[in-house]
Amino acid sequence: MTSGRSLLALGASLAVGIATQAAAVTLTIATVNNGDMIRMQRLAGDFRRQHPDIELQWVTLEENLLRQRVTIDVATQSGQYDVVTVGNYEVPIWAAQGWLVPLDDLGEDFAGDDLLPAIGESLSYEDKLYAAPFYAESALTVYRTDLFEKAGISMPDNPTWSFIRSAAEKLTDRESGTYGLCLRGKAGWGENMALVSTLVHSWGGRWFDMKWRPQLDSRQWQDAVSFYVDLLRNYGPPGASTNGFNENLALFQAGKCGIWIDASVAASFVTDPRQSTVADRVGFALFPTHGKLQNHGNWLWAWSFVVPAASTHVAAAKIFIEWATGQAYMRLAAAESGWAGVPPGTRQSLYASREYRQAAPFADIVLRSIQAADTHQPAVQPVPYVGGNFVSIAPYQGIGTVVGQQLSAAVAGQIPAREALAKAQYIAEREMTRARYLD
Amino acid sequence: MASIRNRATAQLALSPAVILLLVWMAIPLAMTLWYSFHDYQLLMPRGNAFVGFENYVYFLTDPAFLQSIGNTFVLVGSVLVITVAGGIGLALLLDQPLYGQGIVRVLIVSPFFVMPTVSALVWKNMFMNPVKGLFAWLAQVFGVAAVDWLAQVPLLSLTLIVAWGWLPFATLILLTSLQSLDTEQKEAAAMDGAGAVARFVHITLPHLARAVTVVILIQTIFLLSLFAEIFVTTNGGPGTQSTNLAYLVYSQALLRFDVGSASAGGVVAVILANILAIFLMRLVGRNLEV
Amino acid sequence: MTNAMHGRHKLAFTVLAWIVAVLVFFPILWTVLTSFKTEGAAVAIPPKFLFFDWTTENYAEVWQRTDYLRHFGNSVLISLGSCLIGLCAAIPAAWAMAFSPTRHTRFVLLWMLSTKMLPAVGVLVPIYLLFKRSGLLDSRTGLVLVLMLSNLPIMVWMLFTYFKEIPRDILEAARMDGATPGRELLHILAPMALPGIASTLLLNVILAWNESFWTLNLTAADTALLTAFIAAFLAPEGLFYAKLSAASTLAIAPIVVLGWLSQRQLVRGLTFGAVK
Repeated sequence: MTSGRSLLALGASLAVGIATQAAAVTLTIATVNNGDMIRMQRLAGDFRRQHPDIELQWVTLEENLLRQRVTIDVATQSGQYDVVTVGNYEVPIWAAQGWLVPLDDLGEDFAGDDLLPAIGESLSYEDKLYAAPFYAESALTVYRTDLFEKAGISMPDNPTWSFIRSAAEKLTDRESGTYGLCLRGKAGWGENMALVSTLVHSWGGRWFDMKWRPQLDSRQWQDAVSFYVDLLRNYGPPGASTNGFNENLALFQAGKCGIWIDASVAASFVTDPRQSTVADRVGFALFPTHGKLQNHGNWLWAWSFVVPAASTHVAAAKIFIEWATGQAYMRLAAAESGWAGVPPGTRQSLYASREYRQAAPFADIVLRSIQAADTHQPAVQPVPYVGGNFVSIAPYQGIGTVVGQQLSAAVAGQIPAREALAKAQYIAEREMTRARYLD
Repeated sequence: MASIRNRATAQLALSPAVILLLVWMAIPLAMTLWYSFHDYQLLMPRGNAFVGFENYVYFLTDPAFLQSIGNTFVLVGSVLVITVAGGIGLALLLDQPLYGQGIVRVLIVSPFFVMPTVSALVWKNMFMNPVKGLFAWLAQVFGVAAVDWLAQVPLLSLTLIVAWGWLPFATLILLTSLQSLDTEQKEAAAMDGAGAVARFVHITLPHLARAVTVVILIQTIFLLSLFAEIFVTTNGGPGTQSTNLAYLVYSQALLRFDVGSASAGGVVAVILANILAIFLMRLVGRNLEV
Repeated sequence: MTNAMHGRHKLAFTVLAWIVAVLVFFPILWTVLTSFKTEGAAVAIPPKFLFFDWTTENYAEVWQRTDYLRHFGNSVLISLGSCLIGLCAAIPAAWAMAFSPTRHTRFVLLWMLSTKMLPAVGVLVPIYLLFKRSGLLDSRTGLVLVLMLSNLPIMVWMLFTYFKEIPRDILEAARMDGATPGRELLHILAPMALPGIASTLLLNVILAWNESFWTLNLTAADTALLTAFIAAFLAPEGLFYAKLSAASTLAIAPIVVLGWLSQRQLVRGLTFGAVK
């Protein structure tokens, strides 16, 4: 009977299919849902061609949800994921616990020496590399050259905060919907606190003294935070307290911000004529300093791949990571979406490349911002911690979240900055005691 | 009238469900209790030492604790009020002769089928966004300042989102109850000279009492542990203004990765829920034949 | 009342009802409409209602970016599976309580309901660790188990109230004819109880489908459901309203359509003992 035979054939091919599937390794990759990762999934065909025996299964989630699920998995050594995207906040903490596989034996294409030194250091623990960066950023100042010209001011390469304030004042015209300064106000240790942390470092403040006592009641914190809250309330857009990176990007691209101080990755988005209405009128400067201090805040963030120690496919995972963060991938991404869209901030060879420098006029300022960031000595005074836009200790995530909520409420005008900081100090002390850093 | 044999069979039939639920309740509860007395912070493993009531003290002295309890009651209470009142109204409306009644019912019932996360996302981005949302545009049309819903009135916004999702449920139950109301009673009252309002208050409402009780009971069960909408929209903020007890426990477990404190919080939530349950069961017991 | 007055009343109520219905349904309508707009049109002020360039590019991109069919398949399997298995325990339990009530029955029923009052967040880590040790993480078995246990109280209660309304006389007659409990259950009770069972199944499938806490935290890649599918669109970069709308429509369409088709059936069982 023909139907019987075709059924048999179907069954046989299914069986063969299943058998071949069984021979292949399936890597489960957990990543954020940003543009770079979406593009990587599109380009994964290239990986499949080179390694047909490795299947890729992607788990794409929003950042908070991702962090939550991945952290539980890695901390309980559950091994559900083979490759995980984390930031340089988690890497030192997890490596110290022995939860990650060292990545010092990746293949030639990875070329560990090619990594920018600051990046490589921030992803290492006891001199071993534990994470492979595919994207890194520092912070810089983005501004509208045309608005500056109209107001008769010019942005120095190395602005101070007081200059920024006076410029914001001149540029603000609420009736026409132009706001002098757009800054993050959305609560979150990776949102507003990334900016505030950097800001406070540039003002000469620090999170903890050498005995791990929180310093949010110090004069530098008071001055820096009231300055920040003031700036946003006077020269910022409405609803600033819920604006994160994405919202401010949208505002700047629509032409509503005179100045925007945020992650350096913004540079590639605001100069892209396909998304930005002001692409040809953008200038860049370094992250502002305060007074005579020469501290640019030391914002350094690198999204990278790590391999949890509980993974059962470590070898295949390393092969994937070498492909995804190696030098060849850079060229692949450039071919697909142009050199300006290549994930920035990780390799010296990228910044030395002529094609990149031509396609990306912001390459130089981004490189200088990254090179100016020293996460091991982020503050003017001595500190026991590592990190500029965060503090690389386990309790920071909780502390940063709650402090971020207080500051966001201050920006929303619900509590005065002083009260927000007092609450923040109380919470920080409570958390540090709970985590047994303090007695 | 049940014979002994029947009684035994009945017990046997009942046992799987009871055993399953006992296990489901007992094991997590026991584990939670154990963890609540030990130090277990996922990111700072220190051998799970016994710490007595330290976790409870930490959880109960959280500056947001009292507020979270208040927020829980406000959220549950206001959603109940809106869905019951709105449900009665919609049920009365749907009980009338209408053209296209089938379609009207389908439209009104739809929000109940929408995933809470999707619903919250749609409300947050497409309606309540102070710059790009529809409410902001409406405000512009009427010449008033746009409200930043989730930042300025987070509890109200959440109530709106959650009530929208539960309104159909309440409406359906109340409608079913309404349709079982004897029209003869109403007509008799009308002939005695009772006005529409009086008829409603003295005949319809008492009849609906049982249905209202059911709606309150079931919705309270789900609303006490409301979480998804808060997670998607306000993350408990601004500050802790929209943090309810469930979200507070979540922040211990999945933001601070402090299992000890989260477990203590879980136990506290169980105790409070059980106290509430006792009150509710009295209410239910009065109105339902169980 | 004259016929004319009836007619006027009907018209007035119809207009009112339609206005309310459209208002209530509007968010869903808006989402579906926006899913066919370009990103630019999606955030246009004043908002474009019907007259814009309709495009299916959002659906194409969402489809390409995520594995919708796998998520959908998992949702179907796990929702249906958990409810069907739950019914196996719920039907006998409800039958026992409805037809052989004891003085403990009320307590048992209320106790079952009270198990739903515990916040899942409090027991997440213990359950997670338990699942990890039993190898149930990211497994369909594990999720089916959890969802089944979560919905069991509701299933028992719904069935209980439905069974109680079944007239005893028929069962008594059957018993006097010599029917064993098994026969009684299968041949007499079941046909009469079918509508109630159907609506219990429907309601709980809906509840299981929309459950987001356990489905997000106990799954990784293999068993990701539609709730995880939409989680990828929670807060992406850049303009995303149109894509979010497309993803949302894809996520809710199956259950909304199921709900529409079965709403009469659903309503029949939604009395919970509220109707005498």
